[in-house]
Amino acid sequence: MKSVAAYRTPDPGTQPSHLHSSYISSLKRAPTKPQVLIPYTLSEVTGPLFRPEIVAPQASDLTRQHSGEPLGERIIVSGRVLDENSRPLADTLVEIWQANAAGRYLHEIDQHKAPLDPNFTGCGQAVTDAEGRYRFVTIRPGEYPWRNHYNAWRPAHIHFSVFGPAFATRLVTQMYFPGDPLIPFDPIFNCTADEKARNRLISLFDWDTTMPDYALGYRFDLILRGREATPMEE
Amino acid sequence: MSLQATTSQTVGPFFRIGFQWLTRDNLVDEGVSGERVAIQGRVVDGDGSPVPDAILEIWQANAHGKYAHPDDTQDKPLEPAFDGFGRVPVNREGMFRFATIKPGPVPGPNGKEQAPHLLVSVFMRGLQRRLVTRIYFPDEPRSAEDFILNLVEPARRSTLIAKKTAGDVALLEWNVVLQGPEETVFFDLGL
Repeated sequence: MKSVAAYRTPDPGTQPSHLHSSYISSLKRAPTKPQVLIPYTLSEVTGPLFRPEIVAPQASDLTRQHSGEPLGERIIVSGRVLDENSRPLADTLVEIWQANAAGRYLHEIDQHKAPLDPNFTGCGQAVTDAEGRYRFVTIRPGEYPWRNHYNAWRPAHIHFSVFGPAFATRLVTQMYFPGDPLIPFDPIFNCTADEKARNRLISLFDWDTTMPDYALGYRFDLILRGREATPMEE
Repeated sequence: MSLQATTSQTVGPFFRIGFQWLTRDNLVDEGVSGERVAIQGRVVDGDGSPVPDAILEIWQANAHGKYAHPDDTQDKPLEPAFDGFGRVPVNREGMFRFATIKPGPVPGPNGKEQAPHLLVSVFMRGLQRRLVTRIYFPDEPRSAEDFILNLVEPARRSTLIAKKTAGDVALLEWNVVLQGPEETVFFDLGL
């Protein structure tokens, strides 16, 4: 029987553990027993694949999903999805969700006293092109308070969900903005021990994708796990 | 050149708005072969309280034991109407339910087939990365030989096996218990 090429193990500190005393929500939800290390089988190296048509054309422009334009600063967020072997991952589904410019989510449990925007839902989808590129037009999300500790505020961020080629490559993360003064104080950001790894969650301001008289560009590349070896390839 | 995988971050409390467009709690259409099953259960936290904001993602083979994926090169039939993906939110009481088919066996690491199983990712606020687990099936003799199940200490294997329910042979129960003596077995894939 053919062996299955494993995915690379993350370098120490580059991925968060489940339990973080500073992140209160983890205390009753993080498993307490050791996880069982298993070898990769066909089940983990396969995974759901999506046709580009699954995503509606307007799904990647969050400023054009309603009759009017949302309030706030329009931005372009783009980047590439690659694996750890620097290979672009084409036809991969990328999902985002975020607060509006006032720092409010369109979700019934968000009770922050900031206005909803009737022209902003805050959700988008895109499928990467042959070079692994994605691109969203959206508005810059606002910072907002949360109840983790006294006077706790989340830095501005956009949530990203990516599938990649296998069950093993599934990733959900958050993108931050350069220069945000709240980042160093954010328990969620700081759950990743490795400083370089967590700083890669901060997008880069990007002249190349900034459009004159329209919107600033931010660049955020997503790196999914790569395989140790690919003996099946030529 | 070698890059380092992007660090995982929690889905946060509001991720349902980002996930719901792709909700799929019925994985089967008409014409798909296989034994129909519904699996229901509850997600509970360390206090035994229901988790009202979890979403499960399912990945499974078809009834022939074939994954709808190019890396599955087995000479087994694909079913065009079945791709094996589910995305199942819980309700306010932490309850979920989805409909699918029992998959066929797929190859395992010891040269033997694995027992029929579903892969599950569990997402929720409070988890900085997803939890990974599996659902196996009751009355399934192949489970005793399953390589992955046998990596789990015997006393905890039952957390991975769905239970029959009274009265409905096509309805199974399987719960996600995050902490405590009945804690579900979660697997380490490195992420």
